[in-house]
Amino acid sequence: MRVAILSDIHANREALDAVLDAVHKLGPDQLVLLGDLVGYGPDPVHVVEKAAGLIAQGALCVLGNHDEAVVLNRTDMTENARFAVQWTRERLAPAHFDFLARLPLSLQSEDRLYVHASAERPAKWLYIRDVDAAERCLSSSDARFIFCGHTHIPAVYYALPGRRPIHFQPLDNVAAPLSALARHVVIVGAVGQPRDGNPAACFAVVDTDRREVTMVRVPYDHEETERKIKAAGLPAWLGMRLKIGR
Amino acid sequence: MQRFEAGTEIDGFELVERLPSGGMAGVWRAANPRFDFPLVLKIPFLDPGADVSVILGFETEELILKRLTGPHVPRFAASGSLAEVPYIAMEFVTGRSLADEIDNAPRPADEVTRFGVEIAKALAALHRQKVVHLDLKPENIILATRGAVLLDFGLARHAELPDLLGAESSVPMGTAAYISPEQVLGERSDPASDVFALGCILYQLATGEEPFGRPATFAGMKRRLYHAPRPPRDINDAIPRWLEAIILRCMEVDRSRRYSEAAHVLSDLRNPDQVVVARGRARPEKGMWAAIANLFRKVDDKSLVGRPAGPRGQAGPSIVLAAVDLANGSDALAREVLNETARVLASREDSWLACVTVLKTEIIGDTPATDESGSSAYVKRLVALKDWAHPLHMPEDRISYHVLEAVSPADAILNYAEHNDVGHIVVGARSSSAIRRHLGSVSTKVVARAFCSVSVVRLKAVEEQGRHRKENTAE
Repeated sequence: MRVAILSDIHANREALDAVLDAVHKLGPDQLVLLGDLVGYGPDPVHVVEKAAGLIAQGALCVLGNHDEAVVLNRTDMTENARFAVQWTRERLAPAHFDFLARLPLSLQSEDRLYVHASAERPAKWLYIRDVDAAERCLSSSDARFIFCGHTHIPAVYYALPGRRPIHFQPLDNVAAPLSALARHVVIVGAVGQPRDGNPAACFAVVDTDRREVTMVRVPYDHEETERKIKAAGLPAWLGMRLKIGR
Repeated sequence: MQRFEAGTEIDGFELVERLPSGGMAGVWRAANPRFDFPLVLKIPFLDPGADVSVILGFETEELILKRLTGPHVPRFAASGSLAEVPYIAMEFVTGRSLADEIDNAPRPADEVTRFGVEIAKALAALHRQKVVHLDLKPENIILATRGAVLLDFGLARHAELPDLLGAESSVPMGTAAYISPEQVLGERSDPASDVFALGCILYQLATGEEPFGRPATFAGMKRRLYHAPRPPRDINDAIPRWLEAIILRCMEVDRSRRYSEAAHVLSDLRNPDQVVVARGRARPEKGMWAAIANLFRKVDDKSLVGRPAGPRGQAGPSIVLAAVDLANGSDALAREVLNETARVLASREDSWLACVTVLKTEIIGDTPATDESGSSAYVKRLVALKDWAHPLHMPEDRISYHVLEAVSPADAILNYAEHNDVGHIVVGARSSSAIRRHLGSVSTKVVARAFCSVSVVRLKAVEEQGRHRKENTAE
């Protein structure tokens, strides 16, 4: 079975459309959206409606911290994120708020757990940036595979029974093995705002038969997204960072 | 634990005969009509309470072996999952184990060289596929008719895969007799570690002794960081100086002084006359006071082994072959070949250069004439070749000169490139002429047949003039 996992789309229409093209060519058995559909980017309505359509066709989707912030009008975020949340709230219709409000914090399918930030207290939106955080995430669930987003930087943590997890930075478009022995935390890179230095959109494909996960990179027209960010009056840095992938 | 016996069937593989093996896995000759090559099944011992490293080693070997191709590894056939019956099915390689050859050491220099060439070739092929073996020893090397075949990738490391073993253990992983100093310190990513093991094997083949014995403790293995082995010629003075120099350079503790590439070892073994014997090898300080001073001198182990070579393979070729035609002296094209060679070499600070020129003979075995002054055409051409390369100012241990006597220059260049694991060829192309179009040029043949990248150098101005002239006549 093959699962395509898209995280941190962040209202980036150009990136999402390019990634969905690539996903369509792959023809996976399951599609999962790993949260943060909105925030930062200039096309929240398009992305929310696209996501709703995908869910209607069988995709899974969990809630991200930006989705929650838009619903709850939260302000405990960085200045750019807070500004974007307010901007997004002004553009969404009640049905969009309603859709976001119904998203679950996590979903489990067979031995795979999907959660936006960490399985450790999902609503706290903790970042998995090191082995310790990965270890706490693993001890909060018994799933063999935990898929997270949130950091926008791809990573795979391998945990052998009773040992500290091992961090591995997967290479772009090169399959990383999943161990028959270990439990895993897979951090999926971002579709709509990559921060690993590569501006190309990122999504993950898991192949459960081959026991592999691949971070697929998809170049897209980020200059168009940047232009829209500028035109919308969103902070200029949000456009700039798409160009440099930071 | 499941018992296996002859006749047991696993996933379509029928176990035929148990072969002698180590303590980690059972090895069986097996039969399966789906495969057209002889097979073995490796079945790890997974007793309850078995060391997790046995399972990790199995998983590592399965991941790596199925990614490897070529004549220097056994062909991968299939594998069984840990959840059911774990096994790796692979090609049974027919040949002689180097372990049997090494039992009869010391061996004469020409045999040591022959084994060394085969193993270095296999290592170069492995390293090109981004894999470091990390447990190279005679038991893991089969000398087959197709060359050396490396076995057992249970401790190996693939540069693009997570190292499940490395983060797992604080004790050094490898075989005490052959493990490199940086592996003793826990580093598991440098192809130069396999070069060190190759040095230990050649040492043993040449002298009949293991350079460091078989220490059982961590401290015992660490000794090799501070204490150089006895020079091979102290044990067996029949060993030529050049072979001793090659062995000791493989075994340098400091990686900046060791061969960084198996291809460089291969090149030196193939060209003994070009090995720099008088390399300034630091002799251990003699005398009791020096020994006592050494005891108190605080040295950082990591600094002794130097820095790893890093992903140099991506930066540029390890060996560049510059093929230059000096029949008419160093002309404009020869100078342009030199310029291009300099640009290719600039991509990587430790690449080697093999300068090749071909002395054409009319028939095979024809000896080039000696002129009136008594110096042969061969020596004259060698002098010209060295003079041609001089502006590059390459250190002498990174450059070699080869005047090849041949009927076909292209064949000579291709033959040299293939046998010395050359990564890039620079060759000049003369402007088009009727006879050249008819016979085919040297550069055309080299481009068509080479197994590596080829830069073809041509003089631009001359070509444009030629075309210009043609256009004029057309009008």
